Amino acid sequence: MDRRTTIKWMLAASASMPLLQRPAAGMDSVAAAAPAQGRGYGTDPDLTRIYHSGDLWPLLLTPAQRRTAGALCDLIIPADAVSPSASAAGVVDFLAEWVSAPYARQEADRSVILDGLAWMDAEAIRRFGREFATLEEADQHQICADICSEQNAQPAFAQAAKFFARYRDLTAGGYYSTALGRKDLQYIGNVPLKSFAGPPLALLQKLGLESGTDRARVTPGET
Amino acid sequence: MPFVTSATLARRYDVIVVGSGAAGGQSAYTLSLEGAKVLMLEAGRKYDPESETPMFQTPDQAPLRAASTPDKRFGFYDATVDGGWEVPGEPYVQTAHDAAGRFDWWRARMLGGRTNHWGRIALRNGPYDFKGHTRDGLGFDWPLSYSDLAPYYDKVEMLVGVYGSNDGLENTPDSAPGCLLPPPTPILSDLLIAQRARRLGVPVIAGHRAVLTQALDFNTSPARLHPGNPGAQQLIAADMQRRAACIWATPCSRGCSIRANYQSTTVHLPPALASGNLDIVTDAMAHEITLGRHGLASGVRFIDKTSGKECHAAARVVVLAASACESVRILLNSRSARFPSGLANSSGKVGRYLMDTVGSSLGGQIPLLESLPPLNEDGASESHVYTPWWLYREQLAGKLGFARGYHIEFGGGKRMPGLGTLAGIEWLTGGSYGKKFKEDARRYYGSFVSFDGRGEMIPNKGSYCEIDPQVKDKWGIPVLRFHWKWSQQETRQAAHMQQTFKAIIEAMGGRVNGAAQTDGAKAIQAGGSIIHEVGGAIMGKNAQTSVTNRWGQTWDVKNVFLADGAVFASNADKNPTLTIMALAWRGADHVLDLMRRKEL
Repeated sequence: MDRRTTIKWMLAASASMPLLQRPAAGMDSVAAAAPAQGRGYGTDPDLTRIYHSGDLWPLLLTPAQRRTAGALCDLIIPADAVSPSASAAGVVDFLAEWVSAPYARQEADRSVILDGLAWMDAEAIRRFGREFATLEEADQHQICADICSEQNAQPAFAQAAKFFARYRDLTAGGYYSTALGRKDLQYIGNVPLKSFAGPPLALLQKLGLESGTDRARVTPGET
Repeated sequence: MPFVTSATLARRYDVIVVGSGAAGGQSAYTLSLEGAKVLMLEAGRKYDPESETPMFQTPDQAPLRAASTPDKRFGFYDATVDGGWEVPGEPYVQTAHDAAGRFDWWRARMLGGRTNHWGRIALRNGPYDFKGHTRDGLGFDWPLSYSDLAPYYDKVEMLVGVYGSNDGLENTPDSAPGCLLPPPTPILSDLLIAQRARRLGVPVIAGHRAVLTQALDFNTSPARLHPGNPGAQQLIAADMQRRAACIWATPCSRGCSIRANYQSTTVHLPPALASGNLDIVTDAMAHEITLGRHGLASGVRFIDKTSGKECHAAARVVVLAASACESVRILLNSRSARFPSGLANSSGKVGRYLMDTVGSSLGGQIPLLESLPPLNEDGASESHVYTPWWLYREQLAGKLGFARGYHIEFGGGKRMPGLGTLAGIEWLTGGSYGKKFKEDARRYYGSFVSFDGRGEMIPNKGSYCEIDPQVKDKWGIPVLRFHWKWSQQETRQAAHMQQTFKAIIEAMGGRVNGAAQTDGAKAIQAGGSIIHEVGGAIMGKNAQTSVTNRWGQTWDVKNVFLADGAVFASNADKNPTLTIMALAWRGADHVLDLMRRKEL
């Protein structure tokens, strides 16, 4: 994030200033300093091979950005009794791939995400004198509590809340689309079956859906 | 030698079929199995579903978790290659870019075209759908009736394999015995939708899709498909046995390497090639139909994309099956002294009356479906059930404010989690993160439903395409310029859809995500976005008001036929593919008949 952007966001965060417009992509943010390299995968990629982050275009995140990104995505999806944290599922690699991709949607996200990560560090330094990743968890929560809801954020944090919402969506998308995420949600499909049974009778009865005798039958409307 | 090149073409064919999708596949199948020598031209590359389909791949194995990109509009694993609303090097011109006036043109430059990725929803038009003008004074009647096409719907269903049920509902035809495969068991959200919609008087019946819920009837069907032709019966009986039944996993939109659903490349082309009567040239971009002596077509000029050279193939008959707009483009680019404004265009109707499907969607969240036990709801990918149009009486009495109907497709279930599965749920969670967010994710996963309305558009004078006077594609072929307009018939229908969806969601005890749109102009999706474009060379009763007769044969040039959606005189709410195939089969039968009688 360049100095001007940092100052704008800092002002917005520290004094209840009116909502500032997000800097346009490539104009007023770090994204301008590090444009995406290379082209997309084209209209006829091999659909059957397995791709890894960094296979198709260089990754733009610096080690410092990765550190902040990892801390924030693990705050959003921490390890619990059921499943590991976001970074353990490779979400930082996914985020790096995403913000580095040479497509318009990802380029728009790049400025949001990189500016947002810089803001997290700047805000952490402002409040606690240290970068976000090195804060105590309680201090990290103190910042996130102000920005975790776009609807409830104070005007001063509206910009940061917008970033957080996007970051949470990408973190959740990156996480639940992995084997660990599928397991967490108890997704049990994507396996070949001989027949398709449909929902179990007990569940139908619990939801009041069928008497149980003709559960496959779907009848026309009454009129 | 089924796959040939521009250098190894036969000197002359009985029939050239331009295009390899639903229309081209069906035409080539019928013609070649009945003994005609056929050349198929396909603008895209050869495509082999058995080796190229990403069966069982998960999003984390793809770039960007398989997200949609400009290179792959329906996500990385969608079967479409070299296709989309934009195709590099193949522009088209839009006269408007706002949602009300834009038309976006989907193309798939690959063998099998769009059939590789389509939703496989296979609904018949009903009797009213062929006689709309007679019924309500709007649009056009077709020059044929449902009863003319019914035997061909039966045949197509038996050949490709369509699941569904016969419910005896108005304008929602039953199939002949032995045509339909059993429908799959509804998923949980389907049953809840059905129960609650029924309370509102909205019917819910089994969906109709081209998916093999069991093996095809290879003992009985072949004789019904090819009466009096034991060779064809043997070929198709053998091929039916090589198709596997659905394994209830991995989305149909990726294509199917075990051939359990319909795509031209897995159903039409293998037996057609096995007949020995079909040659295919891929990377062959058709440019124009050439005119020979006596005002008849002599063949097709095309660009061999591998060399960039212009080539010519000759035949007794040309069948255009390149998709509605591409077939129109070929006609309009086939100019001669005899046809200065395009081949078969003495009526001036080529390019006119383009139609798409009216589309509008709404989603909701259903507390009853929260925190459910694990369920495998992959099923047959989609549409185990659907709602056919039900308000015929109210509509005819003028109570609705729009003249034609729509059907409803449902989304729901514990689908394979992807990038969007738990995105944007702050409206439910209040902005949770951390362990609470993980609990919320488990609670809400599988509790979402969505409703897609698919409605009839009435043809109008403001929706058409023509050749742009300046712009050419990378092969030097002039491109299309589109004009688009919705009428209140469509926008009011879209608004009605929104209110219906809201009512069903609320009847399920659920909450609408966002708000149901009351302004139809905002509710309707842009032209071309449903990818059901038809019309442009409509069939009709006479040469002044239409481009073809009821066989798809052009009035002006008797050995040029259109087999694709271009000939549709109306675009019923029913998805067009099954009707395209039925018409193509019927048209091909007529071509064979005329050739046998030496009239072609």
